[in-house]
Amino acid sequence: MSALVELAWLIVAFPLAGALLLLMLGRRLGEPASGWLATCAMGGSFVATLLVFGGLLAHDATERQQVVTLFEWVPAGNLAVDVGFLVDPLSVTMALFITGVGALIHLYSIGYMHKDEGFARFFTYLNLFAFSMLMLVLSDNLLLTFLGWEGVGACSYLLISFWFTEDANASAGKKAFVTNRVGDWGFLVAMFLAFLTFGSLQYGEMFFEVESNGVAASTASGIVVLLLVGAAGKSAQFPLHVWLPDAMAGPTPVSALIHAATMVTAGVYLLVRMNPLLAEAHGWVPDLIMWVGLATALMAATIAVAQNDIKKVLAYSTVSQLGFMFVAVGSGAYVAAIFHMVTHAFFKALLFLGAGSVIHSMDGDQDMRRYGGLTRLLPLTSWAFVAGWLAIAGVPPFSGFWSKDEILAYTYGENRLAWFLLLCTAVLTAFYMTRLVLLTFYGSPRWSSDASSATTTDNTASDNTISNNTATDNTASDGTASDNTAGAALPERHPHESPWLMTVPLVLLAGLAVVAGLLNLPFSSDLHFLEKWLSPALYGNAAHVPFGGGTKWVLGIVAVLGSGVGVAAGVAVYLRNRISPDRIEHPFLVRAWRIDEMLANFMGGPGHKAFQRTAQFDQQVIDGVVNATGTTARRAGTLLRSFQNGMVRSYALFVAVGALALMVWFIARAGM
Amino acid sequence: MVTSSWYLILAAAVFTIGAVGLMVRRNPLIMFMCVELMLNAVNLTFITFARDFADISGQVAVLFVLVVAAAEVVVGLAIVVAINRRWPLATADDLSELRG
Repeated sequence: MSALVELAWLIVAFPLAGALLLLMLGRRLGEPASGWLATCAMGGSFVATLLVFGGLLAHDATERQQVVTLFEWVPAGNLAVDVGFLVDPLSVTMALFITGVGALIHLYSIGYMHKDEGFARFFTYLNLFAFSMLMLVLSDNLLLTFLGWEGVGACSYLLISFWFTEDANASAGKKAFVTNRVGDWGFLVAMFLAFLTFGSLQYGEMFFEVESNGVAASTASGIVVLLLVGAAGKSAQFPLHVWLPDAMAGPTPVSALIHAATMVTAGVYLLVRMNPLLAEAHGWVPDLIMWVGLATALMAATIAVAQNDIKKVLAYSTVSQLGFMFVAVGSGAYVAAIFHMVTHAFFKALLFLGAGSVIHSMDGDQDMRRYGGLTRLLPLTSWAFVAGWLAIAGVPPFSGFWSKDEILAYTYGENRLAWFLLLCTAVLTAFYMTRLVLLTFYGSPRWSSDASSATTTDNTASDNTISNNTATDNTASDGTASDNTAGAALPERHPHESPWLMTVPLVLLAGLAVVAGLLNLPFSSDLHFLEKWLSPALYGNAAHVPFGGGTKWVLGIVAVLGSGVGVAAGVAVYLRNRISPDRIEHPFLVRAWRIDEMLANFMGGPGHKAFQRTAQFDQQVIDGVVNATGTTARRAGTLLRSFQNGMVRSYALFVAVGALALMVWFIARAGM
Repeated sequence: MVTSSWYLILAAAVFTIGAVGLMVRRNPLIMFMCVELMLNAVNLTFITFARDFADISGQVAVLFVLVVAAAEVVVGLAIVVAINRRWPLATADDLSELRG
């Protein structure tokens, strides 16, 4: 059966082949053949992953860590890096949902990108992204992971600025790239430090070294903190989260695949992968991870409450949910982190694809202030979306409840204050998702299906909501004067349900979002499938809930009540109009805590100077040392050159002097 | 009685004349002759020591020097003739095209 595990290379080969084929033939294949080729490549990759999964299941639990080496990649002195795959429960779990969700999103994109000029180019990038992402998770050493890490970053850049003729999209891509560079710096330095400490970059060898010889707590802390910088960049954690909301400039399937389900979870994956080092680090390191995650989760949730762009809400929600995963990693609840990652991949991909379906039907409008009452016109989309909403809001028995509750339980064991703040975040999550669903699918339409007012009966009600919203919302991104069109004439729209290519993935993902909780039910230890499955990759470092079933039940009930409060508050504000939304959508929140402005001010002022100094240091000291070497050689050359003056007689003089000197030396030696 | 030191003193004198001449004169042909003087001064030393120590290898060395000197003269004179055709009346100092 181990032969099946050897097929691991197929998982990455399919998307790579797809990307290369599309690169060469994409334009000729055109639409929709190129999309189908890419989707089939992802499908093949998914099947290969299933086979490898089957092969791994056939092994005993203790032998579920197989290294499949393809060839030696970098043989350089002491550093030997192979292109090899570490097939273990963790990487296969990641690969399963990456290829599975990825294939569905590819399918969806065929419908979504219909009639786009860059159709083939889009699928080339998408397949290239899938290849890089799978490299990242399957690689058996840090360097190859870094290759995938940079690959997904590059693809993310290409896809965010996919419609690059718009200035905003191009700069959003740049912002993502530059912000990620900060994180990549951390990853690189962590890699240097790891090589210095362990003499190897291979996970297996590093962990063996940690186990047999141990490692200084300060070294382990250093490596983990630097990796945390990298992870924070990739997974959009405070203060490097600023790029993710802007990344929504890309096509919606990209937001679903890269900026919700897969790439942004790479940071969490990396920290979970390095868990043996995390276990050796000082006690404050996991706490740091937890508080970074917590701060991000809470902050992003408050921002999401006040956004009007449907994709921005989902983007901040993603940042917030990634914060949950970091909290889980910080509390040692690796299983919970991966569990939440999987359920989040399902329901957040579903929500993004649902949002894409709505945007598609509203002719590209993303502003929720001009939505409303769409449930009658987009029945499938809205039902799927509702499933995603209930999952993320933490309503049992939907998947999000189980994973979020598990994180909450572990946090409760770790730190009561953190638990309380996380619970508040969960309440906010339920609230802003309810707001999104109500503004989009329910209430009265704030658009009109023809120019004459077909919706006169609803006008008064909708006008109220709109004027309420616009009062605060105009301070948002554009910041221009009030958007009068909303109040006066309703925009003309002809919403329609999306084609089957888009609805089939929605329905499948909705099904997954509902049942994914079955992976790790808390009731009995027999039902902890994910925990048992992942245990070989965690080396016994996973934390255990330090209290009994009773406390768990109470915590679960508190979490459900929290979700209920959030949903109820959302209904009260946005359906019943009990409270004016202005009081909630504070301009400070609309502007995302002014972090972008603070960063811009910092970079324009003291930061700019600091970086200028750094650049100066680089130019004068670092470059100076290099240049000095060259200058010395040149000066010495100039000096020596003057002896070769072309005068034969002076050469003869030198020879004579030399001979004399030699003679004097010999005589002096003989005399002694 | 003519002892070995007489020969050696003569050889040293001839060698010095050659060496100084090489450094002082600028005519390539004269410089050539100075080199020959130096070579033959050395030959004389070899012979002297060969006789003193009754060792044939000194004479062998002289034969080698003669052969090499003959070859050197062939090449050297050819160069001198070529230079004279190209730049009549050129001195050694004028021929510094290959300076660094």
